[in-house]
Amino acid sequence: MDLSFTAEQEAFRDEARAWLEAHVPAEPLPSMDTAEGFAQHRRWEATLDEGRWSAVWWPEQYGGRGVDLMHWLIFEEEYWRSGAPLRVNQNGIFLLGPTLLGAGTDEQKARFLPRLAAGRDIWCQGWSEPNAGSDLAAIQSRARLSDDGSEWIVSGQKTWCSRAVWADWIFGIFRTDPAAERHRGLTYIMLPLDSPGVTVRPIAKFDGEPGFAEVFFDDVHVSVDNTLGEVGRGWQVAMATAGFERGVLLRSPARYVEAVRRLGVLYESSASCDATVRDAVAGAWMDADAYRLHTYMTVSRLLDGEPLGPEVSLNKIFWSEMDVRIHETALRLLGDQAMLDGRWLHGWMASLAGPIFAGTNEIQRNIVADRVLQLPRGA
Amino acid sequence: MRFLFEEQQRSVRDSVRTLLERECSAAAVRAEFDGAARPAQRWRRLAEMGALGLLIPERWGGLGLSEVDAALLLEEAGRFALPDPLVDTAVIAGPLLGELAPASVQDRWIADIAGGGARVAVGLRAFGPHVVDADTADLLLLQDDAGAVHAVLPGDVRLVAHPWLDAGRHCFSVEWAPRDSTALAGAAESARAVAAAVDRGAFAVSAQLLGLGDRMIEMAGQHARSREQFGRPIGSFQAVKHLLSNALLQLEFARPLVYRAAWSVAHGVPERARDVSAAKVRASEAANAAGRAALQIHGAIGYTWAHDLHIWMKRAAVLANGYGGVAWHRQRVAACVLGPARR
Repeated sequence: MDLSFTAEQEAFRDEARAWLEAHVPAEPLPSMDTAEGFAQHRRWEATLDEGRWSAVWWPEQYGGRGVDLMHWLIFEEEYWRSGAPLRVNQNGIFLLGPTLLGAGTDEQKARFLPRLAAGRDIWCQGWSEPNAGSDLAAIQSRARLSDDGSEWIVSGQKTWCSRAVWADWIFGIFRTDPAAERHRGLTYIMLPLDSPGVTVRPIAKFDGEPGFAEVFFDDVHVSVDNTLGEVGRGWQVAMATAGFERGVLLRSPARYVEAVRRLGVLYESSASCDATVRDAVAGAWMDADAYRLHTYMTVSRLLDGEPLGPEVSLNKIFWSEMDVRIHETALRLLGDQAMLDGRWLHGWMASLAGPIFAGTNEIQRNIVADRVLQLPRGA
Repeated sequence: MRFLFEEQQRSVRDSVRTLLERECSAAAVRAEFDGAARPAQRWRRLAEMGALGLLIPERWGGLGLSEVDAALLLEEAGRFALPDPLVDTAVIAGPLLGELAPASVQDRWIADIAGGGARVAVGLRAFGPHVVDADTADLLLLQDDAGAVHAVLPGDVRLVAHPWLDAGRHCFSVEWAPRDSTALAGAAESARAVAAAVDRGAFAVSAQLLGLGDRMIEMAGQHARSREQFGRPIGSFQAVKHLLSNALLQLEFARPLVYRAAWSVAHGVPERARDVSAAKVRASEAANAAGRAALQIHGAIGYTWAHDLHIWMKRAAVLANGYGGVAWHRQRVAACVLGPARR
């Protein structure tokens, strides 16, 4: 155990900090769930890539720096500390990226990853369907092979696809063998959203912004070169992604460390003498610190060669519920001002989605119970 | 940054676990809860494996290791609900005497502590007015009103017993008269060492609470797998799954705070008090939550004296309440992070 950073890690931190100080936009960008904000966030992705900061843990040939996940955590600490924009390509970088690195062919990695790192392709995910939410294996969208075997012909509907209105590509799983048992016969396919037969219809979220969309596929032709991993093993390929997502990448601890720092500033500036609010602020600090330390433990284990197991489902429950608590505490501190349009109010609305997306917290609790606590499966 | 225990530290955990499986079975813990005397052999075995001298320098026969090396051992002491005064004697008293006592007192007691020849009961003011297991102590370390620490022999005190929740350990008020000859040092010189002892003790108890919580979750899991109602194991019901998952969630996010506290104490970092208190708050809450979940999952059988669960729950409650209760530690975190409380 050594909880200090090496000189090399500190130098990496200094380099990241200096670059961010020189490049982070002085004014916050408009919401990335609006057309204008999306475009500005895409430009920011290109700027990040020019500095080689877009995906530091990827190999250099694909736009990364080839550093380990501990360095990524350090970069994230500096990133959030600097007030830099949200990552509009987060689904691509943090969900698809690791899957491509793990299951993609060399040709696919070379074709997709550099463009992804630079924000030239913005990706959205296509998991859920109208009748397949928590029960993801119930998906019905189909892909069948063309007669000559060179193309998938995709039909069906995906929904809750974040930022699909402006994104360039979608990745997801599609049923390629309807006769197979439901977790089999699925295939992971990537396809351009400007393909003929794709219709994207925006859905306004809780906050009114068109951050979601439903995507319809009407005999869309996709090259089989866009199959990720083995045909019929899409569930396994996707779950590998979900493991990474829940485990480490989707919500780096620095995000909450920064939110709690801002909460402390809010407490400072408030006149609150409510001891229960003070306890909640201190509790939020302990939450964020526990999550930060927990992630250091997880990454230390990974770097020591241990695989991530089902226990990573605990992370997703923890950060999503912590996020809600942090924002609820901020609203309590804001008192009469809490319901007026502002950053904390928008943050609160965003936090409410956390316990639902990326596998609801009920599903995560089932996974923890079944696979960590070894309780018997439900009926 | 490398936040995990090394091979040697994990092997200490494995050996203490093996020892406690033999010397500290649930049946033995239960017997002491029902009034049996504490077996002398267990303390001897702990001394033989080095557990009592872990934090004591080698010149007194200890191993000269750190709180990081002790963390997993203390967690095991919690897992087995070890009743013996491991924390007071080996974690608080040994190092405190080493930092504060005159050479004659050090020479008289420290090697004995490491070797298992002396049990010490501790009464630090930050931990409240009671002294645990004062009746079986060979020495008492007591703080006077001014803050000076005294080494007092059992013959020089009068004990008033308080019946309390944890029948496996005994709670007392100590009536005694501070004398210049018993003081280890003056109040001012003691402050620094006492603060370190408080943090060391609170960290150690946090580690025990992790082990207690873990064991209660394990008990609940076993019960949920084997107990059948409506024709199926109750662990297959989502209400039961989520109850136990929540307990595990709390425990697993208390864990890194406890391990970090070990590091902060071992390295005397400036944020030591904050880190220890965060660990104590979260480990206490997690262990108590694990107990509540385990009790609910066991149902009526868990509410009986005959079942082991109540022993673990009571130990957790007493340790959470003692060594600075949750409220005290939470306020200390808040003061470190947010500054003084407002009125």
